[in-house]
Amino acid sequence: MAVLALSRNPVRAGIGSDRELAHLSDEALIALVARGDDGALAELYDRFGAVAYGLALRIVRDAALAEDAVQEGFLTVWRNAARFVAERAKARTWILTLVHRRAVDLVRREQFRRTEPLQDVPETGGRTAQDEAWLRLERARVQEALKRLSDQQREAIELAYYGGFTQSELADRLGEPLGTVKSRMFTGLSRLRELLGEPGHEEEQWNAPKFTS
Amino acid sequence: MERTEIHELSAAYALDALDEQERLRFEEHLAHCEECQETVAAFHDTAASLAHGVEAQPPPASLRERILVEARSESDKVVPLRSRWAVRVSSGVAAVAAIAAIAFGIWAASLHDQLGERPQAIQLTGANGQLLVGPEGAATLVVDDLSAAPAGKTYEAWVISGEVPEPAGTFTAGDGRTAFALTRSVPDGATVAVTVEPAGGTEAPTGDVRFSASAT
Repeated sequence: MAVLALSRNPVRAGIGSDRELAHLSDEALIALVARGDDGALAELYDRFGAVAYGLALRIVRDAALAEDAVQEGFLTVWRNAARFVAERAKARTWILTLVHRRAVDLVRREQFRRTEPLQDVPETGGRTAQDEAWLRLERARVQEALKRLSDQQREAIELAYYGGFTQSELADRLGEPLGTVKSRMFTGLSRLRELLGEPGHEEEQWNAPKFTS
Repeated sequence: MERTEIHELSAAYALDALDEQERLRFEEHLAHCEECQETVAAFHDTAASLAHGVEAQPPPASLRERILVEARSESDKVVPLRSRWAVRVSSGVAAVAAIAAIAFGIWAASLHDQLGERPQAIQLTGANGQLLVGPEGAATLVVDDLSAAPAGKTYEAWVISGEVPEPAGTFTAGDGRTAFALTRSVPDGATVAVTVEPAGGTEAPTGDVRFSASAT
């Protein structure tokens, strides 16, 4: 399981960051941010900026808007770091939650067509081979877990999380009662939570990822 | 709302699939439902994993600098925690900041955002707490040590801006601090009043006003 253990490691966008900060946990960095340490903010950005930007781009499908979502997400981290309660959440979760919410707010405001296919964005590189491998593994793991949901659960979760649709919009779009959509999201997310549990607690038939992309 | 039904919303909440009003209403529930807080925390982790399901993309190099420049410029004038609230609100700021820091944990971020950068905080008359009103009139009542409504009764909020008080939702009191997002926006100059009504609420107030606040 040596490879999976990499998941504990930060993922960097490859921009040089303070060597000492690089050894700190995400949560310790948040504590520094709460004291106004902008180097710690930069380090968090280097760890999560690429994932956050990829996510925002998937939702808003526009480079400028995606940048806005990431910027506002990280500035919210800066402003509210003192409120972060490490016992109750992971820093990674908090940051990606903030960016996701910003992206969803933006896409709803802009009323973009969210069902159009995303244009391929060229990889500009900059990440280390190790980070790259970890990202691919994690991506494959998430996609594999999604495949194991029922089609209806997967559809509801993907449209909500990646599409930015509200539950009412989903109900309209799918032609289902709102209660049905709520249940699908709940049961689907509960199942995903099991499937994506801590590495090592996983069911044995986890499939090895295929590096096709 | 049915208990199971509102618990089920924790998934939609973690996926950001609630609209603004639904989100605020759920956060009001979340503030005093530990079970939902735990579920939401776990679901937020799962949702964050979904973020890794899409390909990571290196952002343009300029974005890093832009964020850092903006952060530094804010730190010149701002103490990171509470400052936005503190600017407008002199006394009672603790109540406002505490609701964010303690009651909600990380989830307060959206409540704060929904209220806007500079919410008005108005002291309540008749109870210990505040009415927070955002720029577009989205409002939340924050009340300390509100005793539970009598059996078969509920608290109901009213927005009074014309002749007729308009119902703005019913709520129950929790231990300690109660936060309730009004279901109706509060225009400038309106008064928000809370009465005790039969369970389920009424279309027009029948009980005495327990406490109130007027937006300026």
